[in-house]
Amino acid sequence: MFPTPLAKTSRSWQISYQVLLPIMLIIWLLPLIAVANFSIKPESDFVNGNYWGIPSSFEAFNNYGKVFFESNMPRYLWNSLFITIPTVIGAVALSCMAGFALGVYKFKGNLMIFFIFIAGNFVPFQILMVPVRDLTVSMNLYDTKTGLVLFHIAFQTGFCTLFMRNFIRALPFPLIEAARVEGIAEWKIFLYVVLPLMKPALAALAVLIFTFIWNDYFWAVVLTQGPDAQPVTAGITEFNSQFRAAYHLMSAGSIVAALPPVAMFFLMQKHFIAGLTLGAVK
Amino acid sequence: MASADVNKGWYKRNEIAITPWLFLLPAMIFFAVYVIIPIGQSFWISLHQWDGLGEKTWVGTANYERLLGWGDQNIDRKFSVSFWNNLKWLVLYLLAIPAGLMISLFLNQTVTGIRFYKSMFFFPFVISQVVVGLVFSWFYLPREGLLNAVLGVFGAGPVNILGDPSLATYGIIAAGLWPQTAYCMILYLTGLNAVDPEQVEAARLDGAKGHKMLWYVILPQLKPATFIAFVVTIIGALRSFDLISVMTNGGPFGSTRVLSFYMFEESLSEFGFRMGFGAAIAVVLFFIMLGFITYFLYSMYRDEKGAH
Repeated sequence: MFPTPLAKTSRSWQISYQVLLPIMLIIWLLPLIAVANFSIKPESDFVNGNYWGIPSSFEAFNNYGKVFFESNMPRYLWNSLFITIPTVIGAVALSCMAGFALGVYKFKGNLMIFFIFIAGNFVPFQILMVPVRDLTVSMNLYDTKTGLVLFHIAFQTGFCTLFMRNFIRALPFPLIEAARVEGIAEWKIFLYVVLPLMKPALAALAVLIFTFIWNDYFWAVVLTQGPDAQPVTAGITEFNSQFRAAYHLMSAGSIVAALPPVAMFFLMQKHFIAGLTLGAVK
Repeated sequence: MASADVNKGWYKRNEIAITPWLFLLPAMIFFAVYVIIPIGQSFWISLHQWDGLGEKTWVGTANYERLLGWGDQNIDRKFSVSFWNNLKWLVLYLLAIPAGLMISLFLNQTVTGIRFYKSMFFFPFVISQVVVGLVFSWFYLPREGLLNAVLGVFGAGPVNILGDPSLATYGIIAAGLWPQTAYCMILYLTGLNAVDPEQVEAARLDGAKGHKMLWYVILPQLKPATFIAFVVTIIGALRSFDLISVMTNGGPFGSTRVLSFYMFEESLSEFGFRMGFGAAIAVVLFFIMLGFITYFLYSMYRDEKGAH
C-alpha cells in the first residue's frame, strides 16, 4: 500500500494526520460552507455587514420557504425531473442494445462504429448547436421538455455505449455460447442471459446520467426559454434576477438546485464511483 | 403463409449476422440525427451568412477570413482573446491532475471515517457547474466575499477578482479546478486501490521511499488512471461554458471569453443571430478538439489491439 499505512508511521504523524484531516476538509469545502451559511441568515445580517460571521438568527425555514413558495423554483425542479428521468431511461435502453451488439458480435465495421460513438461523445457542443436548435424548432419541439430529452438521449448514447460495450466485453463469453448451443434466439440471450448480468452497469450508468443531465446548462439555454420547460440550472438565473442582491435567498435557491444529484450521489455512492472510474484500473 | 416461413427461415439462417444491426439501429439513428449529421451541417452553415430564419447567403470562406484575419484583414480581436483564454484553460486545468493525485495520496489511508472524508472531498464534482459558478462568485465578492475576509486576516488588500480583466479568467479557472480536482482524485484513489502491494513491498525492501517510490513504482501502475484524468480534463477545459456564463458572462470588457462562449454569443444572444459566423467559430473549436480526439482514439485503439 502506498503511501505507508498510518499504523506503521510515527506516533506524532498519526496524531497530526488525524488533526489535519478535518482542517483540510474545511478548507476544501470553504466556498460551499460560506454559501450554506449565507442561506440560513436573516436579511438584516447583510445590511449590517455580518456577511461571513455566525448568523444573528436562524432563518433557514424562512429562506428555504420563500424558495419553495414564492418563486418558480418548484416548477423548474419539476421540469428538471421530467427531463432527467426519461433521458436516463432512453439513453440506458439504447446503449444497452448497442453495447450488446458491439460487445458480443464480430462483424465488419464493429470497431469503426464503436469509435464513432466514442468520438461523437468528445465533440464540442457548439458544433452541434445551430443544427440541433434548427432541427428542434422545425419539429415544433423548441422550448419543450421533449425536445431537450430527445437530444440528451442521442448525445448520452455515445458515452453510455462505450460504457456498456466494455462492460459486456468483460462478461464470460462461454455463457452466451452455451445459450446458443441450446438454440436460444439471440434476442432472448440478450434479455435473459446478458441483461441480468448487467445490473451493476445499469445502476452505475443511471446515476451518472442522472447527474450529467440534471447539471446540464448549455442545452437548457439553447433549446428552452421559459418556466414551462426550463430545468433548474437555467431557471436559477431567472430566480436570481427576481431576488437580485438578496444573497440569503439566492444561496438557498442554489443549494436547492444542487441537492438532487448530491442526494443521488450519497445514496448510490458505490455505483456512482464505479461508473466514473471505469477504465481507471486495468 | 409459405412466404412467412421462407422469411423466418432466412432470418434464422442469418440470425447472427442480422441481430447486431437490429440492436444497433435505434442508437445509430439517434446518434446520426443529433450528432453526426449536425457536424456536417455546421460546416455547411459556416460557409453562409445566415440569421437563422431567412435564406442562407453563400459567402464561401468569408467567415473564416474575418475570423482568422486572412488577406488584408486583421485577426478578429474577440477571436484572439478567446483563443488565448482557451489555451490558459487548457494549461491551467491540467493542474487538476497533480492536485488530484496529491489529495488521493493524502486520503489513501485506513483510519476510521476515511470513507466519509473521501466522499466529502469528492462531492464538489456532483454539484452543477452553474451552482459552482455562483458559489465562487459569491466567494470572490469584493465586500461580502469570504476570500477577501481571509485575505484581510493576512493583511492583504481586498481584490475584486471577477471585476479585474487581468484576473477574471484565472478566477474562473480556479472555480473550475475545484470539481475537476475532485474528479481526478477519485480516479487516482481507485487506481491506488489496485496498486500491486507485492511490488510496493519489494521496492521498499530495495530501499525505495517517498517520491522515488512514487515516481518509479506507483505512477507507472497508475497510468490508466492518468490517461482518463487527462482525457476528461482536456475535454472539460475546452467545454468550459457554464462557469463563464454564470460568473462573468464574458466580461469584464470581454476578457473572459473562450471560443465556446464567443460562438454562443455570436449565434444566440441579444447581439443578433449570426449563425454562419458562429458556426465558423464552432468549426475552429472542433478542429482543436479533433487533434485531441484523434490522440485519445489512437491510444484506445492501441489498447484494443493489444488486448487480443
